[in-house]
Amino acid sequence: MSQPFRHADGGLVDRTRPLTFRFGDRTMTGYAGDTLASALLANGVHGVASSVNLGRPRGIVAAGVEEPSAVVQIEAPFPEPMLTATTVELHDGLVAHPLRGQGWLAPDPDPARYDAVWAHCEVLVVGAGPAGIAAAADAAAATGDRVILVDERPPRTSKLPAGVRLLTRTTVVGYYDDNFLVAVQRRTNHLGSAAPLEQARERLWRIRAGRVVLATGAHEQLIPFPDNDRPGIMLAGAALVYLRDYGVLVGRRALVYTTNDSAYAVADELRGAGVDVVVADTRADAPSADLPGARLTAVLGDRRAFGVRVADRQLDVDVVLVSGGFSPVLHLYSQAGGRLRYDDGLGALLPDGCRQRVEVFGSAAGVGLPRCGPPPMPEPSDADGWTFVDLQRDVTIAEVRRATGAGLRSVEHVKRYTTAGTAHDQGKTSGLLTSATVAAALGSSAAEVGVTTFRPPYVPVSFATLAGRDRADLFDPARLTPMHDWHLARGATFENVGQWKRAWYYPRDGEDMAATVARECRAARTGVAMMDASTLGKIDVQGPDAGEFLDRLYTNVMTTLAIGAVRYGVMCRLDGMVFDDGTVARLAADRFLVTTTTGNAAAVLDWMEEWLQTEWPNLGVWCTSVTEQWATVALVGPGARAVLARVAPDLAVDVESFPFMRWREATVAGLPARVFRISFSGELAYEVNVATWHGYALWQALTTAGAEAGITPYGTETMHVLRAEKGYPIVGQDTDGTVTPDDLGLGWALRKSTKDFVGRRSLSRPDTARSDRKQLVGLLPEDPALLLVEGAHIVEHTPLGPPPVPYLGHVTSSYPSAALGQTFALALVASGRQRIGERLYATTMDGKLAPVQVTSHVLYDPEGARRDG
Amino acid sequence: MMLITCPWCGPRNETEFHYGGEAGVAYPTDPAALSDEEWGRFLFVRANPKGVLHERWSHSAGCRRWFSLHRDTVTHEVGPAR
Repeated sequence: MSQPFRHADGGLVDRTRPLTFRFGDRTMTGYAGDTLASALLANGVHGVASSVNLGRPRGIVAAGVEEPSAVVQIEAPFPEPMLTATTVELHDGLVAHPLRGQGWLAPDPDPARYDAVWAHCEVLVVGAGPAGIAAAADAAAATGDRVILVDERPPRTSKLPAGVRLLTRTTVVGYYDDNFLVAVQRRTNHLGSAAPLEQARERLWRIRAGRVVLATGAHEQLIPFPDNDRPGIMLAGAALVYLRDYGVLVGRRALVYTTNDSAYAVADELRGAGVDVVVADTRADAPSADLPGARLTAVLGDRRAFGVRVADRQLDVDVVLVSGGFSPVLHLYSQAGGRLRYDDGLGALLPDGCRQRVEVFGSAAGVGLPRCGPPPMPEPSDADGWTFVDLQRDVTIAEVRRATGAGLRSVEHVKRYTTAGTAHDQGKTSGLLTSATVAAALGSSAAEVGVTTFRPPYVPVSFATLAGRDRADLFDPARLTPMHDWHLARGATFENVGQWKRAWYYPRDGEDMAATVARECRAARTGVAMMDASTLGKIDVQGPDAGEFLDRLYTNVMTTLAIGAVRYGVMCRLDGMVFDDGTVARLAADRFLVTTTTGNAAAVLDWMEEWLQTEWPNLGVWCTSVTEQWATVALVGPGARAVLARVAPDLAVDVESFPFMRWREATVAGLPARVFRISFSGELAYEVNVATWHGYALWQALTTAGAEAGITPYGTETMHVLRAEKGYPIVGQDTDGTVTPDDLGLGWALRKSTKDFVGRRSLSRPDTARSDRKQLVGLLPEDPALLLVEGAHIVEHTPLGPPPVPYLGHVTSSYPSAALGQTFALALVASGRQRIGERLYATTMDGKLAPVQVTSHVLYDPEGARRDG
Repeated sequence: MMLITCPWCGPRNETEFHYGGEAGVAYPTDPAALSDEEWGRFLFVRANPKGVLHERWSHSAGCRRWFSLHRDTVTHEVGPAR
C-alpha cells in the first residue's frame, strides 16, 4: 500500500499532486507540500542514516532545522551532502540516500547561479509564527515603516498584514554589529530539476535593520535514556507537526515520555487520529499521566516495532515521543551580544538584555512554554555508553562524564573535548541536555553551568551561496594594459601582478620558457627589445609644497631636482624598512611625477594621503593616481637610440642632448609623449609614455620602426633577469619588511644632510645599525647549471653539524643568465658584504647542500658602461 | 558589520573603511632628539584597552578622508570623536 501512514485528509499537502522520489533503493510517493522527512514517514520509514562515528542506525527526530539526526545525501537533481531530510522539500524525481558517515561533493561544477542583495528596513521580524506576524502587523500599521518578515518555511496561505515584505524559505543565519543580519533564501531548490537556470538558486540577503524582532520559537529538547538514539524515537512536538501539516502519523502505538505538560496535548491529538498512546511522565506529581513518576530504562529490539521498559513494565510500541522541555531559540539574540539568564521555572534560558535594538517575542521569550525541571539524569551505569546527549556527534553521557572526570569544568571546554554541540545542528535539541549532564556530573546546576556560545551560522550555509557571483571571472577585476590584445595575439603567457595581467614571456614555436627568456635577454643586451611597462604605478604630485613633501617621504632629496631631471628614490616605513622604490621626475617647479612598483601603487598613494591628511595638513600638496592615464613602453638595448630616432625625428637623442636620468617632452610616432631616459636593465633604455588610448598605436609604431633591427618584445621574466643581473632589488621579492635601504646596498640613496625623512630615526637604532644584518649579495652556484630555489636557506658549513644550525639567510631571486653564462641568485645573507669571495652553501630541493660563491649583488656590468649604449 | 559614520559621507558599512590604530599619537617634532627608547615607544607602543579607544579610520572606499572616532573594543559600539 502506498503511503500507509498518511491520513485521508488533513495537513497542508496537496493530495492531487503525487510526487515520485527514490530513497536508497526504494521508490516511493509523497505529495506536493511534503518534506523528504514527512514523505518518508508517510511510507513508514523512520531510519534514514547511520551515525558518523559509531555507525548506529538513526531516524527522523524533529520536523525542522533543529533535526539532529536525519542527515541524508541528495543525489539528484544535483548532488549535495549532508542535508536534513526535515528541511528538503519534496519534488518529483528527487533521489536521496541514507547518509553513512560523511557525504560526498559533486564532481561536476555546480550549474546553478547564486547571488546576493542588500536590504534596509526600519523593522526586521524573524519568524512568521503568530508572534512574528503580530509584531510585523504592529510595526507596519503604526508607522508605515519598511518592515521585512522572514520565515524559513515555504509560503503558507495565512493572511499577511499589509505593507509587510515577506521572505519565505529564508533563514537568518547571522546577527552582527549594528543590526546587520545575513539571511539565506532558497529560491529554486524546491523545484528540483524544473528549477530555471537563469534564476539564482539561493540568494544571500544582507539586511541592515533599525530594529529587530526575534519571534524564532523554541526547540523541544531530548531526554537521556539508554538507546535514546534509535529510529522511532522522536520529539513529541514533531509528531504533532507531521500530523497537522502533512497528515502523517508517525506511528500507531506510541509511548509519550515527557518531563512537562506540553506533551499531553500531543497525546490527545494523536489519540484523536487513532493512535494508541501511553503517557509516561517523569514527574511523580502528574495526575493525568498513565505512568507518573516513570523512568524509561531500556529499549528492546531493533525492528520497526520495539519494546520499551518503562516504570518496570514492558510496552510494545512503534514510536517513542519525547519532550524534555523547550529551549527558546536565542541563537541570533546571543550572536547580537544579548545576555541570557536561566529560568528555573521553565528550565530554560531566556533573553536578559542586549545593547542592540532587538526584542524577543513569543515562545522565544518563554511565552506559553510549559514549566519544566531539569531532565532526569540516569544513575551512572554501563548504559551511559549508549545514552546519547548529542546524536549527530555520537556524544554520550559517558563521554561527558569522562570530560568532567578529566578535570574540565567549563561547558565550553566540555564542548571542545567531546565535540557535543559542534555538528550541523549546533545542538539545537541537546544544548540544555549537555549543560544538565555537565551540571549533574559536577554537582552543580544548569543555571551555573550555562550553555556554550552561539556562533553564526544558525544553519549550515553552502560556500556557493556565500561566494554568490564572486566566482571565476567576477572574483576579482582583471586590469589590462592597452597593448594586451597584441600580447595575446603574439602568444604571450601572462602572470598576475596584483590585479594586472602582465605579459610574462613570448614563446615562439617550440620554445620553452628558458629558451624564450634567454632569447629575450640576448635581444635586450645585444640588440633592441621592448616591454610593456604600463602597469607601473604613477602618481602626479602637485602643489607649492610638493618638493618639501617628497623630501619628507623619500630617503634622498627631491627639492634639488632640476626640471627635466629624474631621480631614483626609496621610501621607508616609520620603522626604517624599505616600503617602495621608484623614480621621481620633476615636471615643473610645483609638479612631480612619481613612479611606484606595480603591486604597491595604491599603497603608496594611501601612504601619501595619510601623511598629508593626518600629520602635514599645512602642506599645499595634491596627489592623483595617473597609472591608468599613461601607457608606457620600455625601449631597451644598444639599438634603442636608433629606433627612437626613427619614430621621434624632432627629438635630439644623442647622449649630450638627452643624458641618463632626464626626461623630455617629444612627439613619438606622431603622438604626444614623455620620454624618460631611465633603465631597469643597465642597458641604454628609454621609457616612452603616451596617453593610454595611444598605447596600442605607440606599441605598433615601435614594432614597425624596430623591425629591421629585430626588435624583440619581452615580458616580466626577462625584465627580472635583466634587473637581477644588475643587482636592482624588487621590493616585495628581495625585501620582506625587515630590510633597510643599506641592507639592499642602497646606502648611497640615504641623504647626508640632517633633514628628517620618514623612517630615518629608526635607521640609527641599535638593531638597524648592526653590522651583521642580512645584506643583499649575489650568489654564483659552483655548478653553473644549478638553479637555486627562491627561499633556499644559506648555511656556512657542510656537513651541517648539530642543530640548531646557524642560518645565514635565504635566496630571494634566482635565474639562469645568458649574459653570465651560468645560473645566479640574489640572497639576503648575514654580514653578506663582508663575505664576498667566500664559499657558502644553499639548501636544494633534494635535501642536499650546494656550494655557492658570494659576490657583489651587481653581477653584470658593475662599472655601468652600458647605460649610454 | 559595524555601521561607521564618516563625518563627510554619513553612516556606511565597515567594509568601506580602513583601520588606522590609536588616534592622537603625533609624529615627533624632532625625531633625532629622541632617545632610542622614546622613539621605540612612539613606534610600537599603543593603548590596547578593554573598553573605549580613540581610533583613526580612513574612509578608503569612499571619500578617502581620515577621521577619528571612539570605539568600544568589547561591544564595537562606535561614537564620534569627543
